[in-house]
Amino acid sequence: MEKKYWKSLEERNGLPVENPGKMDEDASRSLLELINEEIADKPSSRRNFLKFAGFSFATVAIATSCKNPVNTAIPMLNKPEEVTPGMANYYASTYFDGQDYSSILVKVRDGRPIKVDGNDLSSFNHGGSSARVQGSVLSLYDDGGRFKAPMIGGLETTWNMMDLEVGKKLTEVAASGKQIVLLASTIISPSTRKVIAEFTAKYPTTKLVTFDPVSSSAIRQAHQELAGQAVIPDYHFENADVVVSFGADFLGTWLSPVEFSRRWATTRRLTEEKKNISKLFVVESCMSLTGANADVRLAVKPSQQAAVILNLYNEIAAANGGKTFTAPKTSVDVKKMATALLAAKGKSLVVNGINDPALQIITHAINFMLGNYGTTLDLGSTLNLRQGMDQEMETFVQDLEAGNVGAVMFYQSNPGYTYAESARILQNLKRIPLAVSFATAQDETSKACHYVCPDHHFLESWNDAEPKNGMYTLQQPTIRNIFNTRQVQDSLLKWSGSTSDYYTSLRKTWETDFFGKQSKYGSFNDFWNHSLQDGVFEPQLPEWSLASLNLAALDTAAVKAGSATVSADTELVFYENIALGNGSHSNNPWLMEMPDPISKVCWDNFAAMSPKMAEKLGIATGDVLYFENEKLEIPAFVQPGQADGTIGIAYGYGRSNTGKVADGTGINVYPYMKAVGGFRAFSLAVKEFRAIGNTYQLATTQMHHSMEGRPIVRETTLEEWQKKPAAGNELHEEAAKNNFTLYKEYEFAGHHWGMGIDLNACTGCSACVIGCQAENNVAVVGKEQVAMTRIMHWIRIDRYYSEDPENPSVYFQPLMCQHCDNAPCENVCPVSATNHSNEGLNQMAYNRCIGTKYCINNCPYKVRRFNWFRYATNDAFDYNQNSDLGRMVLNPDVTVRERGVVEKCSFCVQRIQEKKLLAKAENRMLQDGEILPACAQACPSGAIIFGDLNDPESRISKLYKNERNYHLLEEIHTLPSVGYLTKVRNREGGAEA
Amino acid sequence: MYKAEVRGPLILGNKSYRQITSDIIAPIDNPTPIWWKVAMGISLFAAAWGMVALYYTVRYGLGTWAVNNSVAWGWEIINFVWWIGIGHAGTAFSIFLLILRQKWRTSINRAAEAMTVFAVICAAIFPAIHMGRVWLAFYIFPYPNTRGSLWVNFNSPLFWDFIAISSYLLISASFWYFGMVPDFASIRDKATSKVKKAVYGLLAFGWTGSSREWLRYEGLSYVLGGIAAVLVVSVHSIVSTDFASSVIPGWHATLFPPYFVVGAIFSGFAMVMTLMIVIRRFYNLEQYVTDSHLNAIARILVFISLIMGTAYTTEVFIAWYGGNEYEMFTFFHNRITGTYSFMFWAMIICNAVIPQLMWSKKIRSNISALFVISLVINLGMWYERYNIVVTSLAKDYLPSSWTVYSPTWVEIGIYIGTLGIFVSGVLLFFRYIPMIAISEVKSVLKPTSLTKYSRNH
Repeated sequence: MEKKYWKSLEERNGLPVENPGKMDEDASRSLLELINEEIADKPSSRRNFLKFAGFSFATVAIATSCKNPVNTAIPMLNKPEEVTPGMANYYASTYFDGQDYSSILVKVRDGRPIKVDGNDLSSFNHGGSSARVQGSVLSLYDDGGRFKAPMIGGLETTWNMMDLEVGKKLTEVAASGKQIVLLASTIISPSTRKVIAEFTAKYPTTKLVTFDPVSSSAIRQAHQELAGQAVIPDYHFENADVVVSFGADFLGTWLSPVEFSRRWATTRRLTEEKKNISKLFVVESCMSLTGANADVRLAVKPSQQAAVILNLYNEIAAANGGKTFTAPKTSVDVKKMATALLAAKGKSLVVNGINDPALQIITHAINFMLGNYGTTLDLGSTLNLRQGMDQEMETFVQDLEAGNVGAVMFYQSNPGYTYAESARILQNLKRIPLAVSFATAQDETSKACHYVCPDHHFLESWNDAEPKNGMYTLQQPTIRNIFNTRQVQDSLLKWSGSTSDYYTSLRKTWETDFFGKQSKYGSFNDFWNHSLQDGVFEPQLPEWSLASLNLAALDTAAVKAGSATVSADTELVFYENIALGNGSHSNNPWLMEMPDPISKVCWDNFAAMSPKMAEKLGIATGDVLYFENEKLEIPAFVQPGQADGTIGIAYGYGRSNTGKVADGTGINVYPYMKAVGGFRAFSLAVKEFRAIGNTYQLATTQMHHSMEGRPIVRETTLEEWQKKPAAGNELHEEAAKNNFTLYKEYEFAGHHWGMGIDLNACTGCSACVIGCQAENNVAVVGKEQVAMTRIMHWIRIDRYYSEDPENPSVYFQPLMCQHCDNAPCENVCPVSATNHSNEGLNQMAYNRCIGTKYCINNCPYKVRRFNWFRYATNDAFDYNQNSDLGRMVLNPDVTVRERGVVEKCSFCVQRIQEKKLLAKAENRMLQDGEILPACAQACPSGAIIFGDLNDPESRISKLYKNERNYHLLEEIHTLPSVGYLTKVRNREGGAEA
Repeated sequence: MYKAEVRGPLILGNKSYRQITSDIIAPIDNPTPIWWKVAMGISLFAAAWGMVALYYTVRYGLGTWAVNNSVAWGWEIINFVWWIGIGHAGTAFSIFLLILRQKWRTSINRAAEAMTVFAVICAAIFPAIHMGRVWLAFYIFPYPNTRGSLWVNFNSPLFWDFIAISSYLLISASFWYFGMVPDFASIRDKATSKVKKAVYGLLAFGWTGSSREWLRYEGLSYVLGGIAAVLVVSVHSIVSTDFASSVIPGWHATLFPPYFVVGAIFSGFAMVMTLMIVIRRFYNLEQYVTDSHLNAIARILVFISLIMGTAYTTEVFIAWYGGNEYEMFTFFHNRITGTYSFMFWAMIICNAVIPQLMWSKKIRSNISALFVISLVINLGMWYERYNIVVTSLAKDYLPSSWTVYSPTWVEIGIYIGTLGIFVSGVLLFFRYIPMIAISEVKSVLKPTSLTKYSRNH
């Protein structure tokens, strides 16, 4: 037994020792000191060692598992009234990139714009938009491409310095009497025009040159000659029962596709009351979106178009008792077209996308004879888009070379890339005293300019627009300028010596010019605020009429068209890509990765040729072709429907000095698009080309193009449908009959969400694809991954061909998760990461997913997507999600998915929840149509509807009762929550020729 | 004593019991042969390549493979099913023949069981590694938790798979190990070095060879055998439900469970044949693994090959008879003809046609021919799985999603790696564990050797 020592009697007897001072001391000591002491006091036994080791581990574990404090939170001491963190604000604004216009609604979350949609108050697009509009928000956060500050000679500088230098140079140039050219694409802003006028007043030698890379100057020229006004009429497809298009891709790229898609789609709907649809004839060389939607499509070489148009004219003129002309023979039978047009006099429309004034004159003469002016052609609200006249540009280049130009300023214009002989401009820029680029992002032209005065992005700018005569919209900033940029108008005002800024001058314009055009609001402030809130101002327009045409112009045109040159063996046709447009969007990764609706290729352009031609020449997709005279090297692509003897190539690719996405993707073909007779030609006869033996991989998202006789897109003809609305959809009834199960079925007590897609209204434009990508933070994966069938899009548009490969019928079918009520994916997931909600949604719990990919296999629709790599913050995927600025576009309501999990369409569950909560907060029922998934919102033709199947009055419930409705693969009893309406084509029997 | 009137002697060469022990444990005592070192070097290299491939997979993601959003399962699932199939034979061999009291199995069952264990280990790598987030693989355990409680999906065949494979691995490893206990004791008793004595002594569990121990030993092998017999059938049936319970044409077939089990036994027996021929050749054990053993395996293979042929025919017939257009397409346009027809015909020829050669006695007694045929069968079985996994996924319902699949070096690397792991495991087994169950073999010595037994023991 150990000997016991004691200091006091209390201690010896086990009584508490009174020492109050010690307690305080203990408490004030730090934990570590205490431990030290304890350890020092205790004998070093194994037991003690384990005790302290255990304590240390536990402490470390607890300490490290605590959340780190947030270091960068900024308290919102002065909260703006309209901003609630976590709630989105919407601002009406305007999108105009020099070519396409849209009235838009910008969604701003926590101070940053994250989504652009169509403005539903605008009669222009009624809430619809295009892929380019949807993608435009991403260009705001393009930190690789955008200019961050004004630059002189490649070095960053200040605006004061810039103003000083440029002001000096301008004065010098003006004094020397040389021209100061403002080279811009079409300007549709009345206020900007005023600013330019002010600038011109200060520097009288100023000249505005409008250059549209894809111009419609022939239409303006034709109307100049026929009607005495150089205008582009508005085309009212909604009033047309018969439409004939000569190479005008009005659903995809021609003039104003968002608006035209909606108008045309209204004529294609079938309802209880409306039992007729319009008929669309398309005569074209490349398979376009419009051609794909045509009832009758004819593939001809560009050089043969003249003969077809003239023959059609003669048919119509003969029936009308008009003057006919000698026309070259054509293999195309225009009789059916003429009969259809004549039967729909005053309710028909002939459109022409060929940039040749003679052909435009004949086309519009046909329209005049058919009495279409006033019904389907509108000279009152004429289009202000594409004001450029190609001749102006030619004159400018000559002036520049001749040394008559002292200063050039480029506004929304990049001729260094888009002009055919760009070297003629770029070389001379070094020689003249002043070359200013107003580009927001780097481009080929800005590289050659000594002065770069970067413009705000359109989401940072004040502006207005008049896309059509009498349609005004406002543009407002939705974020403070991210970089040290300045609006062009402000720069011009400054250089004009004006003290006012552009905002003031904008308001002044509206006060003086537009306020008086209405009587609704008494004060200007009221008018301004409402216009700004709505984004649009559309006053009534005066009446107009067109009594006669100048027939002399017609005579010359007909003679010119009649003597059209003999066609060459092979003709190159240059067309516009749906996603990239004229190339100004090339550095946008969303748009670059958007599969072309027809070819399903992304990340490249290619030489499209018909299967017959490819077979004859022994060329396969991917073979690299070389055009001897043109020095053009480009991979081939076998494209069904391409006119025999033509090779189609998209422009807008092959950029340089633009950014990591655009640079080096594809081939630039602008150099081959020279002006012929003062009008830019979109085709070119070529002599010699050959396959050089290399192959090049093109990334496609669809490799098989036939439905293999499966009932995937169900179709019928109008005649059949009129006899029996369930025509072509007989299988639906059969599947419904067999719809029987032994298992317990889901019951949806509250909501049961469903989606319906009218295949007759869907044009395949792919706005939904980009809309979904923007809403749901869908990653861009790059060409290599796309080629490996790993594109991440939650909604894809399947495109099928049928019948003759030389001129096939084309079908589009948007496909997203079908939210099956008997989902094959759900029961195979071992961890229940994908499961069914009580509202019929097939949901994904990302943090539960372990990535067995079994669900992907077992999905008959193959709509599930796997995160093969980490796509965010990964240098191997250096797109928008790899930089802080790029990630600003992410929707905070949607998780960014980790590597190794499966993702898919959620029916935009975040939007469903948002609206449900809103309805609950307002103590009311949800309205039908209140919830709009991103795809439905983006659709310009309103083909997608969404709603509650439990509500018998909802649009979706009614659609499900439509006899055209069917579910994809319904025979395998997956019970999808997506319905499709059969495609009804207005043709007799099978394909017509 | 065991008497066999019909069959010839099971062990040749008039062995004594002592000689049997020393013959069989000779490779353990002898110095390591050169060929072993070379083979071990190669297989370790292969395993190392596999490790690099695995590192790539886990470090960078499944994107390093060629699987995609249409064909989400590729080589890794093919190889998983292939290895599981091979892993069948050992247990099937021992158990069924044990239950049927087929004593000739005794010279072979040890090696077959060893093979099973290594094959199942190789197989088990794949389901884990093919997960996108392998670090969360534990989600598949049905453990109670604070999330609600959030359970696994008991309806999912993958969960069944996980249960089936882990129990199969557990039971076959125990069956193999407990069978070895008496032999470890023999080695321990003969061992001269201290280390060896200690190691084998530990492995032998203090076996003394008392009759009570023997009684319990026999009892245990029948109990484990009984459980394992059920598992042999269930494991591959369940693996087949991964496919059979799906909606994919070519997968959705009620035929799959028996078809998979038989196929597995087929590939397993072929692999046993391959191994036994190697053992005979390199360790001069021809007197234990006799020609008649190989002959017996060959006969079984011929029979199973006929079943396989029937299964293939049935599948195609049902596709036609069922009249489902998707099934029809899969079989007639994507297997018999089409992009993947090579895989289909390779499967038919390797599995249903070539094994029929073994009807001929001449071929059955030609060891080289048997060796080649056994390899061909395993190749054929690999093609069978390729045929099932890839063709169905590459072209299923919607032609818009049809795609092609061919593996990357990473996927091939993992496969080569598992081959390396398997071979090095088998080599270790050759070197450190008695390849033939000494105690069991002794029980099948013919009466002819009785005199020797009494004289020399």
